[in-house]
Amino acid sequence: MLDNLTEAWQHLRNGLYQAFIFPEYWHGIHLPALVPYLALVMLLAFTLGTLPLLIWIERVVVSLMQDRSGPNRLGPRGLVQPVADVLKLFFKEDLQPANIDVRIYYLAPFITMFVALAAGAVLPLGSVGFRAADGHLFSVPLTVGNVNIGLLYMLAASSVSVYGLVLAGWSSNNKYALIGGLRASAQVISYELAMGLSLLCVVVLAGTVKLSGIVEAQNSYPFGLHFLPVFLKGSIFSWYWLQSLIVPVLLYTIAMIAETNRAPFDLPEAESELVAGFHTEYSAMKFAAFFAGEYVNMLVVCGLNASVFWGGWLPPFNCFPFTFVPGFVWYGLKVMMGIFFYVWLRATLPRLRYDALMNLGWKKMLPLALVWLFLLAGYSTLRQSNLSLLPKPASAAQTMAGR
Amino acid sequence: MQEPISSPAAPNPLLPIQNGIKGLVEKLSRIKHQVTETVDGSKAIGTGFGITFKHYAEQQLKLKPSLTIQYPEERREQFPRTRWRHALTRYDSGLEKCIGCSLCAGACPARCIYVEAAENTDEHRISPGERHAVRYEINMLRCVFCGYCQDACPTGAIVLRKDFELASYTRNDNLYTKEMLLEPAKSAAVPLDETAVADQAKA
Repeated sequence: MLDNLTEAWQHLRNGLYQAFIFPEYWHGIHLPALVPYLALVMLLAFTLGTLPLLIWIERVVVSLMQDRSGPNRLGPRGLVQPVADVLKLFFKEDLQPANIDVRIYYLAPFITMFVALAAGAVLPLGSVGFRAADGHLFSVPLTVGNVNIGLLYMLAASSVSVYGLVLAGWSSNNKYALIGGLRASAQVISYELAMGLSLLCVVVLAGTVKLSGIVEAQNSYPFGLHFLPVFLKGSIFSWYWLQSLIVPVLLYTIAMIAETNRAPFDLPEAESELVAGFHTEYSAMKFAAFFAGEYVNMLVVCGLNASVFWGGWLPPFNCFPFTFVPGFVWYGLKVMMGIFFYVWLRATLPRLRYDALMNLGWKKMLPLALVWLFLLAGYSTLRQSNLSLLPKPASAAQTMAGR
Repeated sequence: MQEPISSPAAPNPLLPIQNGIKGLVEKLSRIKHQVTETVDGSKAIGTGFGITFKHYAEQQLKLKPSLTIQYPEERREQFPRTRWRHALTRYDSGLEKCIGCSLCAGACPARCIYVEAAENTDEHRISPGERHAVRYEINMLRCVFCGYCQDACPTGAIVLRKDFELASYTRNDNLYTKEMLLEPAKSAAVPLDETAVADQAKA
């Protein structure tokens, strides 16, 4: 035990982010092979388990921002209110409007829900350190599928997620729903460009589209300044929000809000214009599936934001009190801060007019993202080439490359 | 933030610079204008975020009171001249003020008051005058809370008070009888129950 602690202390002093190291084999079980299953359980528990909590957070925070009280009757500070809401949705009548396209109508909410959950499969929730039998250390990212095209998979999933909305609008036999679905498709396609380009800025810097690889690439000195003190290695200043010079994270944040159709980009379900937009004709658990899908989608895009721009499971400073907190706690905190930002934004800004939405997406964000991509491409070439003005590091930084 | 959708004088920003130096200056000024617009817009959005966060912090840390009145536990204070539920008042001696003159019923634009009068006797004195009301009923479903009955009353017997919770489960519950309207006596000169018994005996 003491050996473990001193060893952990050594790791911390050496600038590694893992305080706890597990053996590779435990009673003959290959522990790294179990990590994806653990990640699967964590992902489902986190996304589905925190849904009522998210609804509660949103209602309470928005109400406080508007000087209201919010739910405060059921349970402490109204904490049980979402449970009551979900129970209500369970017992609602499952209506089926006349002259609908039945198969598509029933399929649409499940596409939304399924794609939202499936997109979370590649998110690295944390990192587990192992020691092999020969004594060398390695870490396994806590993901369901540690695929090497994780970022592309996420982008693909976010493209597919619009099908749920469009098909719901198409099959509902309702003009409002149809307009909502059309708006959703136009909006998501428009903002996907800026989203992809802003993520590409990071890919250029990290040199990989594997999400765990992007997080591990952030575990370096800020801007390659390896003479900085070790507590800044992999710290908040070396994450890609700063290393990509701030603009991509702003673009991605705007685009992710537009992708998830949340205020101020909630045109597909603009309740003052389109009743409830694409889910006007949905009731009971089908509506709940849309609702849950929207929240899971929010969690997933915030998760991508956290792992790509905000260092994933890395602690904000590579020193004592921060490094002893497990990585998935940091990751959860970052995701929750994203959710808070969503709610904050909803309470702050009014909905965009449709042409202003298109203007922002095509005329402002897309050119800016392109310019920044070229800028960062040049910058990363400079950093990798011998033209770099910085002194060379004495030895290659010790990294714990994933397998 | 929003540019006009189509202005005829605006040159296509994608075309190369035309008209030499003049065109270049124009293009640069357009870019400068756009940058200023973006910066100003960002500042405005930042201000908005500041405002909402300030309110959030104030409410979360309870620096300022919430504007919500937690209704069943606390009630908003009514204005001094609010007209809600009727009440039949008494003199300090405990005698009823109402003399059964039916002027309130005559003044009522909704015709929702019904008064039935009876003589006072020395043995059974209910009001100071000659007569008193045996039945006094108000149909609260028809009442418009105009307060004309209060104005018409010569003795100030019927008044509109501030009790505003008048909801009920059945229509008949809204037919307020004299027993419901009459305010309890301060002294025990004429107890409410006795009056009711006497009224029932007479009817």
